[in-house]
Amino acid sequence: MTSTVQAAPAMTGTPEVHRGFWALGWRRLKRDKVAMISLVVVGAFLALAVAGWFNIIGDGWRKEVAIPYAAPSWLMQSAEETLPPAEEDTTSAKSSAPIVTMTQAEDPIGKEVALARQNMGKYASVETPLRETLPFGADLRGRDVIVKTIKGTSTSVFVGIFGALFTLLLGTVLGAISGYFGGKVDDFLNWFYSVFTSVPDMLLLLSFAAVAGRGIKTIIIVMALTSWTGTYRLVRAEYLKLKNREFVQAASAIGASDARRIFVHILPNISHLLLVQFSLLTVSLIKYEAILSFLGFGVGVTQVSLGSMLAEAPAELVQGVWWQMVAVTIAMSLLVTAFSLLIDGLRDAFDPKANK
Amino acid sequence: MFAYIVRRVLQMIPTLFGVMLLVFVLFNVFGGDPSLVLAGKHLTAESLANIRAQLGLDKSQSAQFLIFVKQVLTLDFGTSWSTQQPVSDIIGSRIGPSLLLTGSMLVVDLLIAIPLAATVAYFRRGLTDRIVTICCTIAMSVSALVYIIAGQYWLAYKFGWFPVSGWSASAWHNLWYYVPLPMLMGLMVSLGPDIRFYRSFFIEELGNDYVRTARAKGLSERVVMLKHVLRNALIPVVTTVMMSLPYLLIGALVLETFFSIPGMGNAVVLAVNNSDFPIIKAITVYIALATMVFNLLADLIYKLIDPRVQLT
Repeated sequence: MTSTVQAAPAMTGTPEVHRGFWALGWRRLKRDKVAMISLVVVGAFLALAVAGWFNIIGDGWRKEVAIPYAAPSWLMQSAEETLPPAEEDTTSAKSSAPIVTMTQAEDPIGKEVALARQNMGKYASVETPLRETLPFGADLRGRDVIVKTIKGTSTSVFVGIFGALFTLLLGTVLGAISGYFGGKVDDFLNWFYSVFTSVPDMLLLLSFAAVAGRGIKTIIIVMALTSWTGTYRLVRAEYLKLKNREFVQAASAIGASDARRIFVHILPNISHLLLVQFSLLTVSLIKYEAILSFLGFGVGVTQVSLGSMLAEAPAELVQGVWWQMVAVTIAMSLLVTAFSLLIDGLRDAFDPKANK
Repeated sequence: MFAYIVRRVLQMIPTLFGVMLLVFVLFNVFGGDPSLVLAGKHLTAESLANIRAQLGLDKSQSAQFLIFVKQVLTLDFGTSWSTQQPVSDIIGSRIGPSLLLTGSMLVVDLLIAIPLAATVAYFRRGLTDRIVTICCTIAMSVSALVYIIAGQYWLAYKFGWFPVSGWSASAWHNLWYYVPLPMLMGLMVSLGPDIRFYRSFFIEELGNDYVRTARAKGLSERVVMLKHVLRNALIPVVTTVMMSLPYLLIGALVLETFFSIPGMGNAVVLAVNNSDFPIIKAITVYIALATMVFNLLADLIYKLIDPRVQLT
């Protein structure tokens, strides 16, 4: 069975340009319209996220630019229509003359006052007037919801991507070692695996969070330490299957070391599975991050993520402020849906044998 | 069969030991010194030493681990650090509400998901199938948190159809008064993936030869679906449900926190917030035990309903 698979390309003997595995997969993916659209959306989110990490956009999310809970501008009936026009202030001109009780010479702090007056211009803060409305409203502290959502999405994607990366690294290395070497090492790692799987993910996450505190780095580490089991099982099974194939035996015949066989010869053969696994992990970690932050064990108070924004929603809704929740919901649903559809597409394109 | 069960039970011992080791390393080695927290504002060297002695922190790490092992074996985890209640009392009082919520949620979920999954699998690629699949995808794309927040606000606060949150002492009152809204929100989250998952089981069964044979011998579609396909498709469903049972114990964490249901999930969140390690340790060990037992039960039931399965 294995020999026919290996020999197949040679037997066809077509003079065509030989296309690599990834090129073929990419060609199949390009034919899938849904997957391509999802790829564009996911790409846009990633670009947004990277821009957010380097503070190119979304940096000013902390700035107070509008009145608290400023409404979206497309919703707001302008304030002049609803409120009675403010009365013309006629008295101000009369009262504006300063009341002089003593001259500067008599005043004990006269010198200081004069100095202060001189320097007033230097230290005066430029007060920009707070806006009544914003394109998508503002939160309790008058921060722009759009900017905040961009920054929050960026944080969530950061946690998702890097959490998935470390999870994948941990799971792949352990799985590869376990499946490749077998024996005692496999038994030990299997025991490790059964320990981690006997505790539900969320409980494990919370236990780690209880000990480790909060903050973006902590969540990423905690997620990697708790979610590696799925990848481990997948990679281990693949290595068990692949380690006896001819190409690995050939590699060992020419004297390739174990490490070289594991990472150079076998690993590329499961890279497409790892890509799918990576996307799956990213989506689930973004969801986990939202829940953790919502419960208050996620990002710190000076940071913003989609979960921490949602945590503000219940208190806002009671006051009729719904725009922040809607903004987060749109951002998150779009991201999750596009990612899930992309995963389906990737699976179809790179693992055509799995199709039924 | 008996030998199999014995072997599986024996296999649980190293796993349980591993869980204990994990929990111990996590909370006693990395968890920091809890006596500083417990001593509170009136911190004296004397009271600190006193608390350390009470918790056994003055002993060596290995001696502390032995104490923990003893706690697990006797299932006596001492008292909560924040309320001084015995941990077993807390867990005992918390498990009921969790099971009431998640148990009823599971029953309703199965009652809706299985018939729907069977129907859409039967009309595969038809309009019904497409509508249900699209609805599931849309439902799955929205975060669970959004359902809970929006559901509580509109259904409970605005329309007043449900209580906003709360719990009472009477189980029946809870079931028809407080449970429906959290359950509805939980179903919004769980139905989408479940229907799609069960649908794949039914589609797999419908492609089998025995279905064609049953049709060829002139059985009505009703009999084919209800007697032949349903029974076979339910095998993986039963195993999946069995495996998910331990998760019922920790309850729906977010739902319980949000609707102030005094269940296990709520207790976990509270304990994590208060750094109440005895409670987290106890719950983790109990859930790990339950997971192992239910995995074994799942395999046994699998064998029972599908005699073709070989237990190895």
